[in-house]
Amino acid sequence: MNYMERVCPIAANEPIGPGFFDLTVQSADMARAAACGQFVNIRCGAKTLRRPISICEIGEDTLRLVYEVKGEGTAWLSQRKAGENLEILGPLGQGFKLKNAPENAVLIGGGIGTPPMLQTAKALKNPTAILGFRTRNLMILADDFAAACGAVHICTDDGSFGHHGFVTDVLKQKIAEGTCGLILACGPIPMLKNVAAIAEENGIPCQVSLEQRMGCGIGACLTCACKNKNPMYVTGNAHVCKNGPVFNAKEVIWE
Amino acid sequence: MSLLQVTIAGVDFKNPVIAASGAYGFGREYNRLYPIGKLGGVSCKGTTLHTRSGNPAPRIAETPSGILNSVGLENPGVDHVLEFDLPWILKQGTVVISNVAGSTVEETCATVEKFSESKTDMIELNISCPNVKQGGAAFGVCADSAAAVTREVRRVCKKPLIVKLSPNVADIGEIAKAVEAEGADALSLINTLTGMRIDIKTRRPILRNNTGGLSGPAVFPVAVRMVSEVYRQVQIPIIGLGGVASWQDGVEMMLAGASAIQVGTAMFTDPFTPLKIIDGMEEYVREQGLSNISELTGAAKLWE
Ligand SMILES: Cc1cc2nc3c(=O)[nH]c(=O)nc-3n(C[C@H](O)[C@H](O)[C@H](O)COP(=O)(O)OP(=O)(O)OC[C@H]3O[C@@H](n4cnc5c(N)ncnc54)[C@H](O)[C@@H]3O)c2cc1C
Ligand SMILES: Cc1cc2nc3c(=O)[nH]c(=O)nc-3n(C[C@H](O)[C@H](O)[C@H](O)COP(=O)(O)O)c2cc1C
Repeated sequence: MNYMERVCPIAANEPIGPGFFDLTVQSADMARAAACGQFVNIRCGAKTLRRPISICEIGEDTLRLVYEVKGEGTAWLSQRKAGENLEILGPLGQGFKLKNAPENAVLIGGGIGTPPMLQTAKALKNPTAILGFRTRNLMILADDFAAACGAVHICTDDGSFGHHGFVTDVLKQKIAEGTCGLILACGPIPMLKNVAAIAEENGIPCQVSLEQRMGCGIGACLTCACKNKNPMYVTGNAHVCKNGPVFNAKEVIWE
Repeated sequence: MSLLQVTIAGVDFKNPVIAASGAYGFGREYNRLYPIGKLGGVSCKGTTLHTRSGNPAPRIAETPSGILNSVGLENPGVDHVLEFDLPWILKQGTVVISNVAGSTVEETCATVEKFSESKTDMIELNISCPNVKQGGAAFGVCADSAAAVTREVRRVCKKPLIVKLSPNVADIGEIAKAVEAEGADALSLINTLTGMRIDIKTRRPILRNNTGGLSGPAVFPVAVRMVSEVYRQVQIPIIGLGGVASWQDGVEMMLAGASAIQVGTAMFTDPFTPLKIIDGMEEYVREQGLSNISELTGAAKLWE
């Protein structure tokens, strides 16, 4: 399939929490081509590198992107207004593979890893979502997940909302209840590593979405390497932008 | 002859815009955005005798107007390239330059020999790699070792040979002359400048390799100066690169002394950069009433 580079008008770019923004851009071709778990690479002003952001929701002719302001690139992005244009390269990478997904899939999102799980939830039948946040006021997209999922469990590290503890506590519980046939996860590495270990112990298929600093975004420059066991990777490395960001958890070599 | 056609070491390029090694892989990914046959040439990913997994990630960090990279020459090795990558890119209608690296003279020569038996158009020897038998200093940092590796490679190389110079040196003109004397057919410069960035929160270098190579617009004036300096000291053609991001930069590089240019990092900002440079150059050449773009090469008149 071909990559696209489009000048996309911004339909909305609104704050949805401390440092979190909800951006909708227009592009009928990209919306048609996009799949859950893929990302786009956005040119941010005079920055040399584009910024990779996951596709949170796919509309008829729009893409929804939810991002957190971290540094200069995302700060620039947060100042863009509806009606302005963004240069976007996408949809990029390999998303979640949902062919033959069972009805009892469990989606796990941690912090700013939550957005890509929303379109994934919408592509599944009645999934369960387990979302983790540091604290109540950093919680994002809870209502969207409630609308898209059969059940939503929210965890906070400090107990300020929902379950006091980690997403993995709830995951273990779901597995014990026998209601988990597939695990799909995005979030910080320690969380993903633990989720992958639990999936492995219980023999449940698991896909994880990884992040790495990247250059070209399409698989040419090889900067976003992550070690992988799959023998198809001749050099021992997969590349997040081209072979990922979603990988079979069993094949990931955790550092 | 068309306005943009140039000839380097006997090889015809339909235009002087070449993708820089390492930024473009073997062209397959960019070919999903536009036909890479529109480019004058592609310098392929640096290839070594054996498979290399490269350095651990993070391998890229942003800098003011540029980036640092520490990919560490990840590549599948020459045999794999000859079987799976070269045959495809040779069909795309662009000049194919096989970029070769090695950590010993023997290894480098063995790789060059294999490419010499293939249908690749040219070989570009990257002498910025550490020479493991000489304490790890790059071949390209002193005239003696640069000359030595060029001499040995020249013996086995049956293709036009470009030697790609490192800018991490005191006198690039001296190295250029030494390499020319050993039979290089052309030079390309510059490779990346060694740099470092530290995360002030974690107090750790951003790159897992600590240091990396600086490229992008930040290095452009350094590259222009080095091309200009080398142009006045050698007879062989120069391919200028380092921070070229627009057609104006391309023209400037040619005025400094380049016969063609390469584009690397600018591709990450805008993957269509080379096509925009080709269009802009063509318009400039017309506007200036030139019969061919090579009239620009070295046309900058330096102040006395
Ligand atoms: C596949 C993928 C999907 C992502 N999806 C989202 C998302 O949906 N929402 C969201 O808020 N963030 C997402 N991120 C993280 C986001 O790309 C970074 O937060 C962002 O690039 C930071 O840019 P900055 O200029 O604000 O920060 P700075 O720290 O100033 O950035 C400096 C450089 O480091 C890179 N960088 C910094 N942090 C990261 C990171 N975590 N991952 C990759 N590169 C990084 C930047 O791209 C830039 O090149 C995703 C990352 C990847 C790889
Ligand atoms: C990610 C990356 C990988 C590179 N890999 C190689 C390589 O394998 N061989 C080589 O000779 N140069 C390599 N280079 C250097 C470039 O070819 C070029 O010399 C340098 O980046 C300066 O040009 P630019 O500013 O246009 O990128 C690499 C550069 C980058 C950014």
